[in-house]
Amino acid sequence: MTEQLVISTGETVLFWVLAPLAVLGALSLLFARRVVHIAVSIAGVMVALAILYIALEAPFLGIAQIVVYTGAVMMLFLFVIMLVGVDSVESLAETLTGQRWIAVVGGVGLVALMIAVVTRAAFAEPVGLATVNVDSNPVGVAHLIFGDYIFPFELTAALLITAALGALVLSHRRRLGRKLGQKETVEAKLAAFASGAGATSVVSAPGPGVYARTNSADMPAIDAQGKTLDASITTVLRVRGQVHGQADATAQTTRAARIASGAPVIEADREEQLGTSAPAEVSSPEQASPAVDGPEATPPDERPGEPSKTGEGDEQ
Amino acid sequence: MNPPVLAAGGGADFSADTIGLVVIKAAVILVFLLLSVLFALWFERRIIGRFQERLGPNVRGPFGLVQSIPDALKLLLKEDITVKAADKLIYKLAPLISVFCAFMIFAIIPFGPAVHIPGTDIITPLQLTDLPVAVLYILAVTGLGVYGIVLGGWSAGSTYPLLGAVRSTAQVLSYELSMSLALVSVLLVSGSMSTSEIVDAQTDLWWSIAVLPAFIIYVISMLGETNRLPFDLPEAEGELVGGYNTEYSSMKFAWFFLAEYINMLNASAIATTLFLGGWRAPWPLSAINGGMFNEGWWPLLWFMLKLWLVMFFFVWVRATLLRFRYDQFMHLGWKVLIPVALAWVVGVGVIQGVRQFTDISLQTLLFTLAGVLVVFAVVLLLIPEKKDTVPDAKPGSTSGAKGKSTAEETEPFDAFAHGYPVPPLPGQSLPPSPRRAKVTAPAGAPASEEENNDG
Repeated sequence: MTEQLVISTGETVLFWVLAPLAVLGALSLLFARRVVHIAVSIAGVMVALAILYIALEAPFLGIAQIVVYTGAVMMLFLFVIMLVGVDSVESLAETLTGQRWIAVVGGVGLVALMIAVVTRAAFAEPVGLATVNVDSNPVGVAHLIFGDYIFPFELTAALLITAALGALVLSHRRRLGRKLGQKETVEAKLAAFASGAGATSVVSAPGPGVYARTNSADMPAIDAQGKTLDASITTVLRVRGQVHGQADATAQTTRAARIASGAPVIEADREEQLGTSAPAEVSSPEQASPAVDGPEATPPDERPGEPSKTGEGDEQ
Repeated sequence: MNPPVLAAGGGADFSADTIGLVVIKAAVILVFLLLSVLFALWFERRIIGRFQERLGPNVRGPFGLVQSIPDALKLLLKEDITVKAADKLIYKLAPLISVFCAFMIFAIIPFGPAVHIPGTDIITPLQLTDLPVAVLYILAVTGLGVYGIVLGGWSAGSTYPLLGAVRSTAQVLSYELSMSLALVSVLLVSGSMSTSEIVDAQTDLWWSIAVLPAFIIYVISMLGETNRLPFDLPEAEGELVGGYNTEYSSMKFAWFFLAEYINMLNASAIATTLFLGGWRAPWPLSAINGGMFNEGWWPLLWFMLKLWLVMFFFVWVRATLLRFRYDQFMHLGWKVLIPVALAWVVGVGVIQGVRQFTDISLQTLLFTLAGVLVVFAVVLLLIPEKKDTVPDAKPGSTSGAKGKSTAEETEPFDAFAHGYPVPPLPGQSLPPSPRRAKVTAPAGAPASEEENNDG
């Protein structure tokens, strides 16, 4: 079988389109900053390789590569990455001591092993694709997997099942209390309300901006007495200190009202110098954390930063 | 240099296809899919209209048929918004992934057998291509299509799309498992993964009849895969605004929309090909004149009829069923569909194995199995039924909720428990209203008539 290897034009074009894409994807694994970009480029590399496998007349291998690696494994990676956080960047901190050296030794060892095996391997004479794929490609693969290599195949399967069971056992958490049903939850809520926990224990908390000057998500709602309701702002914004005070809104709404009425509008910085009735406080997020409240809207002792009596009912 | 790897045996023969013909076939499939989506929009709206006792679109064109075209134009002419927090590259990539993967499935769907193209001397199968692993190809492309939804939801940098994307990933991954298990039993009985061979294997008996449980499982998971009601949790409007495509508009939204409808067509075409006999004529017609209706261009008609019947089923389900709650949906997928599908695959595998390696005929085997099942059922009937309710001897034991409910049934119903007006639970009845006597007394009417007049 010393047949001259002939590569058709179509194969050449396919290779020169897919190979640079695959290399580019593999390089972005090393150099891309965001984890999601890395995950997507690995998926791209896998798809490019799969197409090359199919072009090399190993359709089962190519398709199985997409089903297993791109469709399942990478998707689970992506799933985890998405939930870890939108802005997460790769952490270079060592969590295990000596992790880097262990990785280097393992990597070098693997490369040495592979070089040793590949250089010393004795390749048999190729029999040709026509002989191998005589009963179609999947049947040929099936004969190999479930015939010649059944033992390694079953061992690998056992290993994977053990790993899956291990993950289940390790991540299993024993339930500390009894599981509460819908009915019990409602009864507990009503009991809390009866003992004076506030209306938000039975009804939903007020949305942000109710009765306030603007309805933006960082503007606390105002109750009938003119007090700000902290429960109307999400905990995230409160913890970050991004809650706006009434004063911010006052300046903005005054300005908007003037523009609407057609009166001449003075620029914010000049307005401050002139000392007009509505000072434009452009507060930075740090300043806004104990939120500056307009004196006309809330009494000075009620700050949005502090938990109020009625607010915290359903924040669990 | 080697002949292309194609399905051997009873499958379609593509050896006569030139590159030009392949390109033409691909273009025809593309046009067919785009037109079908336009038609499907009208079809769905009209049928939903009928179900809800109204007309649906009926103004533009005959029967309102061209209503979809102005709608599509309006969608494309809207402002294309890219949100500030978006990851620009992936935000633009995601809809494209979705729509490309949706278009790819129809490449392996056989529309008909080999036909003679009129006006030429070309004889070619009505199918773009076939692979010996065509069914796995379907699963692979569906798996890739999820990337569009996931990345689209993530890259918008907003909460609701992210939640929609997370739901969608979990949903498609779990329902793909039961779907692939359902497909495995079709592969086992056909003895091939190539779509044209599977259609060929259904000459005598459609697989929807022979492997009915697998067909039912496929139909349920098909609804889950395509994010259609009752499983449209990734875009549950009441909870998630629009799900993964909330932050998309204009053309980019149109890609997602297109992909969703093409995926419906894909699922219908797969159901038709793998379970409903593909392009084969239904039974009484297939026997006429020595199988006249299974040759030439007739099969295209049967394929389309079956395709649109499954599409009608999609719409029917949408008009009839309500959306599942997320935990119930997952419960159905993991604890019902997957175990049932797995047991069924093992059963089919055993039967096929016995047929292949022994001389027992299928008839004997099925009769033996039926006998075993009957004996099993009789034994089950003889075993005394377990008491379902908790006996009164030990109230307030481990199963607290059940004990409580039985205790409550014996108590008289208190319409103002703890000072709040509460509705009666099932099995309880409202006490007569104290106001009733006051209302009826001055009118002098008997109580029963008053009750009738209320309704």
